[in-house]
Amino acid sequence: MNFVFLIFIPIIAALFVPLLYKTIKRIHTGWFVLIVPIVLFAIYTTLLPQTMKGESIVSTLQWIPSMHMNFVSYIDGLSLLFSLLITGIGSLVVLYSIFYLSDKKEQLGHFYVYLLLFMSAMLGVVQSDNVISLYLFWELTSISSFLLIAYWYTNDRSRFGALKSMMITVFGGLMMLGGFAILGIAADTFSIREMIANASTVTSHPLFTMAAVLILLGAFTKSAQFPFYIWLPDAMEAPTPVSAYLHSATMVKAGLYLVARFTPLFASSSTWIWLVMGVGIFTLFWGSFFAVKQTDLKAILAFSTVSQLGLIMSLLGASALTYHSNEAMFAVASFAAIFHLLNHATFKGSLFMVAGIVDLQTGTRDIRKLGGLMSIMPLTFTVAAIGSFSMAGLPPFNGFLSKEMFLDAMLAVRSFELFQFDTWGILFPIIAWIASVFTFIYSMYFVFHTFGKKGDVEALPKAPKEAPTGMLISPIILATLVVVIFFIPNVFGKWLIKPAVLALQPNLYDTPQQIDITIAAWHGFDSMALWMTIGVVAVGTLLYLSMNSWKKIYDAQPERLTLNNGYDALLNFTESGMNKISRSYMTGIIRSYFMYMFAAIAIMTLIAVYVKDAFAFDPNSFAPVTIYAILNGIILVLAISFVLLAKSRMAAFIALGASGYSVALFFVMFKAPDLALTQLVIETVSVALFLLAFQRLPELKNHGETKKNKVANAIIAIGVGFTVMLVALASQSQKLLPSISEYYKETVETLAAGGNIVNVILVDYRGFDTLFEIAVLSIAAIGVYTMIKLRLKGEKKADENE
Amino acid sequence: MMTFIWVSLILILLSMLGLMYRVYKGPSIPDRLIALDAIGILIISATALLAIIFDTKFFIEVILLIAIMAFIGTVSFSKFIEKGEIIERDRNR
Repeated sequence: MNFVFLIFIPIIAALFVPLLYKTIKRIHTGWFVLIVPIVLFAIYTTLLPQTMKGESIVSTLQWIPSMHMNFVSYIDGLSLLFSLLITGIGSLVVLYSIFYLSDKKEQLGHFYVYLLLFMSAMLGVVQSDNVISLYLFWELTSISSFLLIAYWYTNDRSRFGALKSMMITVFGGLMMLGGFAILGIAADTFSIREMIANASTVTSHPLFTMAAVLILLGAFTKSAQFPFYIWLPDAMEAPTPVSAYLHSATMVKAGLYLVARFTPLFASSSTWIWLVMGVGIFTLFWGSFFAVKQTDLKAILAFSTVSQLGLIMSLLGASALTYHSNEAMFAVASFAAIFHLLNHATFKGSLFMVAGIVDLQTGTRDIRKLGGLMSIMPLTFTVAAIGSFSMAGLPPFNGFLSKEMFLDAMLAVRSFELFQFDTWGILFPIIAWIASVFTFIYSMYFVFHTFGKKGDVEALPKAPKEAPTGMLISPIILATLVVVIFFIPNVFGKWLIKPAVLALQPNLYDTPQQIDITIAAWHGFDSMALWMTIGVVAVGTLLYLSMNSWKKIYDAQPERLTLNNGYDALLNFTESGMNKISRSYMTGIIRSYFMYMFAAIAIMTLIAVYVKDAFAFDPNSFAPVTIYAILNGIILVLAISFVLLAKSRMAAFIALGASGYSVALFFVMFKAPDLALTQLVIETVSVALFLLAFQRLPELKNHGETKKNKVANAIIAIGVGFTVMLVALASQSQKLLPSISEYYKETVETLAAGGNIVNVILVDYRGFDTLFEIAVLSIAAIGVYTMIKLRLKGEKKADENE
Repeated sequence: MMTFIWVSLILILLSMLGLMYRVYKGPSIPDRLIALDAIGILIISATALLAIIFDTKFFIEVILLIAIMAFIGTVSFSKFIEKGEIIERDRNR
């Protein structure tokens, strides 16, 4: 079977959604959509035995083979894990959305089209082997995410959030494209597998570090790492199924996928390791710290997502250490990363769904208004508690296992010796521990402030009651998984995680069976991680109980210095600042534009002549100068000066006529009778035309010219004149080839049967030019005629209106 | 004989320079216009002398054309100065 076609199934299904939505009104459109992810999930499950053996499946769809751009679906453990997450959680989210979105009030056709579009894009991202098609799908996730966030497009906040996420993720996407281009040039292929196979040639490329940074920019923006996380909290204006699907389980993990996928290529770079680990651990702390401050349920979850993504990111960074050291503990990092990625998808998905249920059943998501829902919504509370405890890293939930492994891996970082980790490595477990404390606090805050304590249930916008069964199915399935994974982690490890780890650590293992990591809930008392967890719980509980007394520290950061403010200021600057800059030179006055043009001509030509050392002066190439030519030259210069100095227009016209006549005399002197004839006629006609227009022209006056302006004009005019003179002298002095006019002279009578060489050139040798100059004249004539006639018509119409 | 023609040509050009002074100085528009007309006539003479110097007959048309054009130009300027326009509209249309 050609698995590459599976990627496109959701898109094709999306084509039929509007049709179903319009024709079948009785059944919620979601039920039809639900079939797609379930079928895909089932198909991808059948591939598990192959990836468990360490095999991979490749299938290709030719797109632009001549440019080496093809849709290559490469399914190994890592991409299969992601594909299962996308289709599996996709099914649950579609099921949840059927009960969440009303088919009466909402435009379901749009919603499911966008959702299916996103599903295709996401499958494409995780399965693509070709970086160009990977980029294509990557941008498609950005676009469909944009559409989904702004699903309630009449809401201002939704549009703002959608635009923000679009700007940030597309910025990252474009940076990533640059990184891919560099990699494509360095490795001479667009295939990720071949790049990794040729890793040694790629790493020696001078732009290698640049490619690493660019690709990381793409991954960090998509995965909401510091400081690009700011779009994620604003994306919470989307419908809750979207938040659960895109902004916790799938899209935000695309960046993690990218980092994991490219780890074998970039692991040799210390920049990569430091960036991934440093940014990840800092995001972990930052996200967990600010999650406590939030008052909106979904905002807490958004910051928590940011923080957990940072956790996984730092683990991915730590997994790159195995390329430099044989320490067995670093291998745990990659396992922990994949494991926590899976765990996070389960508990965060369920928590978002819980938040959606609370929102729908009580009419508010504001945690300050909520409370005391435990007895009213017992099932929802149970799911919320399971998710939150798992998020906090408590047994018996899966978050405990991955948190322990995370702490183990961070403790192990201390023993890494390269890249100054011996100095700074100690920071990683410390920050990780502090972040875990805050994670514990906001997890408890989330569940107990919503469901626990005594709340004023009467004051809620809606009288709360337990959610309908259908809405609870998906979160309960996810919560069950959370518990099940805790009790049988090694089954999941064997089926899903070890094959995925293989993609990260091809240097260590050949098959998933070689990975000898077993997950154990109990390591014994000598395990440092256990004591750290106990510390987290103890300190976390204390801090949670005394929350009101230390919450003031959040007010210490002034509003002006927040990252959101920085983003707004940047946007403001690009809009009004750039406007100001363009307005400063786009004056709308032709005079200024001419100044720019002529100054540019003079400066650029002079620089070119100077740089190329092109100026030459050869007096031998000049013809002898006659006295009457000098005199005529003086007359011409005088006539032109009078044009410039004339006080009235009429005087300027007359001086212009005189200069035209003296040019005609030059033509006579240089033996060009035809030119002299034409010049005289044209000169007279144009003077007559000036006189025709004269009547309508205003008096010569100052149009805002200042003295400064005039000086600048004079400088530019002198500059241009000087430049043209230099160029003319230089070109006259270095004629490299003889003229071809000898040929005309010899053949004008024998070939063309003419005596006037100028006319024969015009109509015979070079007749084409003449033809089109005739065309120019006719266009000008028609243009003049049209302008006069149209103007008259316009005037008449204006009269009629009066 | 050639020397005489050369001297005449230079004299003509010098008188054109003198007329340029009149074009510049004015003081009235008709003064300038007369100067321009005279420059045209002087160009006729210069062209004729150059035709002799170059020993060619191709400049005869030029001489005729300058005569016509200088006349047309002067007439249109004069008409403009007198009536304010060159081509009058046909009032009986």
